[in-house]
Amino acid sequence: MPSLKDLKNRISSVKSTQKITKAKQMVAAAKLRRAEERAKESRPYTERMEAVLANLAASSEGNPNAPRLLSGTGKDKTHLLIVATADKGLCGGFNSSIVRLARERITKLQGEGKEIKIVTVGRKADDMLKRLYGELIIWKTNFMEVRQIGFAEAHAIAEEVLKRFDGEEFDVATLFYGKFKNVVTQEPTAQQVIPAEAPEGVETPDLKGAVYEYEPDEEDILRELLPRYVAVQIFRALLENVASEQAASMTAMDNATRNAGEMIDKLNLQYNRARQAQITTELIEIIAGAEAL
Amino acid sequence: MADKLHFNLVSPERELMSADVDQVDIPGSEGWMGVLANHSPLMTTLAPGMVKIRDGSDEKRIFVRGGFAEISPAGLTVLAEEAMPAEELDATAIARQIKNAEEDVADADTDEKKVSAQQALDSLKEMQAAL
Repeated sequence: MPSLKDLKNRISSVKSTQKITKAKQMVAAAKLRRAEERAKESRPYTERMEAVLANLAASSEGNPNAPRLLSGTGKDKTHLLIVATADKGLCGGFNSSIVRLARERITKLQGEGKEIKIVTVGRKADDMLKRLYGELIIWKTNFMEVRQIGFAEAHAIAEEVLKRFDGEEFDVATLFYGKFKNVVTQEPTAQQVIPAEAPEGVETPDLKGAVYEYEPDEEDILRELLPRYVAVQIFRALLENVASEQAASMTAMDNATRNAGEMIDKLNLQYNRARQAQITTELIEIIAGAEAL
Repeated sequence: MADKLHFNLVSPERELMSADVDQVDIPGSEGWMGVLANHSPLMTTLAPGMVKIRDGSDEKRIFVRGGFAEISPAGLTVLAEEAMPAEELDATAIARQIKNAEEDVADADTDEKKVSAQQALDSLKEMQAAL
């Protein structure tokens, strides 16, 4: 049986934990709104880009000179996994669910005899993967010093990845991130970025019989557009990741706050009981003492 | 006035403009291009420069760096890697930044730093040239 003093200490410690989780929850809610807005603002660009690419890809289909970013290297030997998570914890199962998805993919691919390389984006991805697959991680980055993730960061990652692709370090690249569905659901997602898959379900404009003119020619445009498309996909994944992280953090902290509340109630009850028991004991002692006289 | 051209300018971070206008001049990599309504379908890469948007007597200028323009029957879409309305550009501020960037290039002690400083400098110079 813990003493009254012990109980009092525990209650105050749980109370201060609750204060922290509550503050973190409110911060996450505010950040979530901003992250959602940013994800929304980037959407027109992505959609347009997809439309343009779908258009171009359709017209260059079957072309033996199609850029390798679109047609692939013709091999399927080395896989690059780009695992994007948050830099910080306190967001429930968000980071570990992404890493778990990546780990399952690694095990599967290794079972098929493929070679694996890993790029980690975000500190948590690196922390969780380096223990098992430390020697497979070829490059890592995080945004600890970046206040707001912008296109520049996505571009830097894309550049690094493309450089390695040109150096024939890998054949297929897949991006792992947490897709933001809504505030309660975030879905760990794997998306292939290289070779680029032409987006589906995008409407191509009706040209009424006219054909596109290209300046400079089609291939040059495609060659310029594809790296940018990779960057755009990474950018979108990063934005969704930020939104997902905040949403997951909000839910996790909400739960934690509630749990702390329950715990405080329980401890309070225990404290009161103990206090009452102590009073009763004291009374009994006094009465017994009086009777003995 | 005849038909209006539907014009969209988007950068990865935001949509800068979506409107019906009379004419847009874009800095194509192969040369300047004036786009009116009902232009034939075309796709081009862009050189850094000012996009000029004319609607009636209004003229707007937006600086873009890198990107694409697509003209389809639906209108003109500019996908800019970076875009900034001309009003947000300030000649004296840019001149000062260029001076800073030049110092950065001179001070850079590693190749990596030098390259990134040089890139920053080049992009500032492009902006200045466009103004």
